[in-house]
Amino acid sequence: MASTDRSTARADVAIIGAGLSGSCIARQLSAYELDTVLLEKECDVSLGVSRANSGIVHGGFHHNLKYLKSRLEIRGNLMYDRLQRELDFPFKRCGILVVALNDEEMKYIDHLYTQGLENGAIGIEMCSRERMFELEPKLNSDCVGGLHAPGGGVLEPYRFVFSVVESAKKNGVEVLTKFEVERAERANEHYTIHAADGRTVEARYVVNAAGLYADRVSSIFGAEEFTITPRKGEYYLLDRATQAGPQRVLFPVPTKVSKGMLVIPTVEGTVLIGPTAEEIEDKEDLSTNADQLAQILDQARKMVPKVSQTDVITAFSGLRPASGDGDFYIDISKKAPNFIQVAGIQSPGLTAAPAIGEYVKDLLKKAGCSLSEKSDYDPFISKLPRIRDVSPYEADALVASNPAYGNVVCRCEEISEAEIVEAIKRGHATLDGVKYFTRAGMGRCQGGFCSYKIMKLLMRETGMSYREIQKRGAGTELLQDAL
Amino acid sequence: MKELHYDVLVIGAGAGGLAAAAEVAKHDATCALVERESHLGGILIQCIHNGFGLEEYKEELTGPEFAERLAVEVRNSAVDVYTDTTVTQLETDTDDGLKIAYCFSAVYGVIRISARAVVLAMGCRERNRGNIRTPGTRPAGVYTAGLAQRLVNIEGYIPGKDVVIVGSGDIGLIMARRMTWVGATVHAVIEIQPYPSGLTRNIVQCLNDFDIPLYLSHVVSRIEGRDRVEKVRVSPLDNGIPDEDNSFDIPCDTLLLSVGLVPENELSKEAGVDINPQTNGALVDSTMMTSVDGVFSCGNVLHVHDLADWVAEEARRTGRYAVQYLRNKRPNRQVRIKAGANVRYINPTMFDPDNPDKLYFRSLIVKNQAKLHLKLDHNPVKEVKMSHIQPSEMLHVNLKPKDVASWNIMKDSVLEVSVE
Repeated sequence: MASTDRSTARADVAIIGAGLSGSCIARQLSAYELDTVLLEKECDVSLGVSRANSGIVHGGFHHNLKYLKSRLEIRGNLMYDRLQRELDFPFKRCGILVVALNDEEMKYIDHLYTQGLENGAIGIEMCSRERMFELEPKLNSDCVGGLHAPGGGVLEPYRFVFSVVESAKKNGVEVLTKFEVERAERANEHYTIHAADGRTVEARYVVNAAGLYADRVSSIFGAEEFTITPRKGEYYLLDRATQAGPQRVLFPVPTKVSKGMLVIPTVEGTVLIGPTAEEIEDKEDLSTNADQLAQILDQARKMVPKVSQTDVITAFSGLRPASGDGDFYIDISKKAPNFIQVAGIQSPGLTAAPAIGEYVKDLLKKAGCSLSEKSDYDPFISKLPRIRDVSPYEADALVASNPAYGNVVCRCEEISEAEIVEAIKRGHATLDGVKYFTRAGMGRCQGGFCSYKIMKLLMRETGMSYREIQKRGAGTELLQDAL
Repeated sequence: MKELHYDVLVIGAGAGGLAAAAEVAKHDATCALVERESHLGGILIQCIHNGFGLEEYKEELTGPEFAERLAVEVRNSAVDVYTDTTVTQLETDTDDGLKIAYCFSAVYGVIRISARAVVLAMGCRERNRGNIRTPGTRPAGVYTAGLAQRLVNIEGYIPGKDVVIVGSGDIGLIMARRMTWVGATVHAVIEIQPYPSGLTRNIVQCLNDFDIPLYLSHVVSRIEGRDRVEKVRVSPLDNGIPDEDNSFDIPCDTLLLSVGLVPENELSKEAGVDINPQTNGALVDSTMMTSVDGVFSCGNVLHVHDLADWVAEEARRTGRYAVQYLRNKRPNRQVRIKAGANVRYINPTMFDPDNPDKLYFRSLIVKNQAKLHLKLDHNPVKEVKMSHIQPSEMLHVNLKPKDVASWNIMKDSVLEVSVE
């Protein structure tokens, strides 16, 4: 039930959108003496654009330095090692290969290499055919050569956001979910932001990191008018048992519109292939389509012939928030005071996200926000043990400390009850929330065996009734009646 | 870490694991039975319908009753049972050849079990939406039939009220009837093949008796609904391709998938067991032993059976073979068996001429008044009339000592099994 008499939260900075950009900005600001609030319209963080993308930390050769997105990509890439130490998320610098299948494509590799050099991409190398097969024996025999960028890597975007948000919360950021910004007004140097359910937040500065809806939010605040167009990318996920998994991320030679369809060895050992690229209109349209999906297998097989449809465990799609000129739009609004635009963050948004956090912090300072460092800022979050990552002896000690580590709930991904309970305690109280936080239900059986167990844990841990158990928020209730 | 040793470790306590473990104990070998769930019987306990036990016990039982018969055998034996215990790793000790399993238990912590022989009886899992690559949205309301069965029969929850079922496998058919009984409306069962994939008795008792339409040679070509399933698009197949022009929508809030089962062999593969691509189960010799010495496989993890009775029968044999292995009783010779014309696979893929046994196989064709041919090195040696065959019904033939005695078996002979 919507309440109209909720107390108003007051903040120095309100960030709208808890995706990759918003979360990284929030964490960056949490190092300073500021009251920061992070507003998210969904029931959990990272459920928009940041939920479904390729999960790649790019190698720094795809874009020219004249673009802001290129400069932030380079900087962001370099920040990930430290972030991994601080934030305990799975990340692997597995490297990237761009695969040329003919001499024409090889010419473009030359261009990418030069661009990579200019960008200062570390360790980048032009590869002969022999070198390519030495690096990646599973490549299509048509490969004539390519580019190797060892600084590229893979991670799970939502898992990264969860860690970033946890760190931000630990350092004082308040996160409000199900807060869909409906309107805002400005008086006495403050914005008052109203949510659809009646809650309000006051803030001196506002950061618009609303992803697909950045255009609408900008309009609500009377800032610049622009259009964000959703560009859909569809993917297939392959079982970790596939024979098609490469060691490195494989890119085709890019086209004008996109970086093409990739073969990605995910940080968790599965293989992702895709994405397609299709401009659509509906910002909520996450459907997959037979004609698009058919392209994925064909394109992936051009690089790795062993890609097989029998390895497919699921298909999904994500939306990229494309803006007019293709570059990021990150700037102080020229129309709305103390309003920072962070829009059009498509690829390489994940790579750039930590650098976007820094960049926006500096824009806030430029806009007049005073930044003084906190003395008690702690960049580290506590590590969460996972039974699949530890030796039997370490696992035995974990079970001794908490017997729930001995109860394997998700058999395919080997996730224990303790890990699921921890996810629920941290607020990921839907089936998808648990899945994205722990991986339970993400494996080859796709929750066929563990869904009901997780539903029961959700009820036990939260006190919810069966009717309140949701897949991912209101309207996605899973059980309709009881016997 | 708790360390234990047994003659035989049986992994999985469904129909197969229970029968195998009971048989091992009956032959005076020590046995550990490890089961990840808290109960014995595996999926049988959610199969509350009847139709079990006709072959094994000569009477009609429900799934839980059938499971209980087997569980009583195990409880009355010397088998050590570990429930709520999950095997996560299986390997062979390179020094002494012992099999080592690491098992997770909330009570005991990680247990290291060493055994001279292992029987794999992990059963199978359901194929899901990703495996059949159905496009559309990803709303709440899409369940595998077995998960829905668990929710209704054990947990007591009803996942939805307006149901469409994809696939006419037995679990889907049983769930069509079950959902009707709990007050839901089952609008249709959609089957991609031109023939049903479940048992004929289930088509009659679960669909025809409730006037539930079965669409053969149709697919669900799209799922619609942003948050919850709202409708599905059903398309007839035209030369194997969905015919858009003759497609139609069925409004529904729930989609149940009964689109096949896959033996759950991830543990087996990690242990080095060779897999038969036709069955997704282990390749086994005449004693049900896999390519890894001392590791045996039976039941639905070996190949998906139609009847739990056959799982139990196969598992009892496997338990006996495992004990014979402990006592170094191995076949003197084994003859390779080959799937011939119109046969998808045959299990096991070898027979012992001195101890011939039962062979299970599946046909690739639908036919009345069919014939089974056994040829040894291209020479016909046995012929069996079969009243009806179809791919969804598992077939068997018993090799009898008196048959085999007259065969001229050479060192590299091959027995070919075909149907027409």
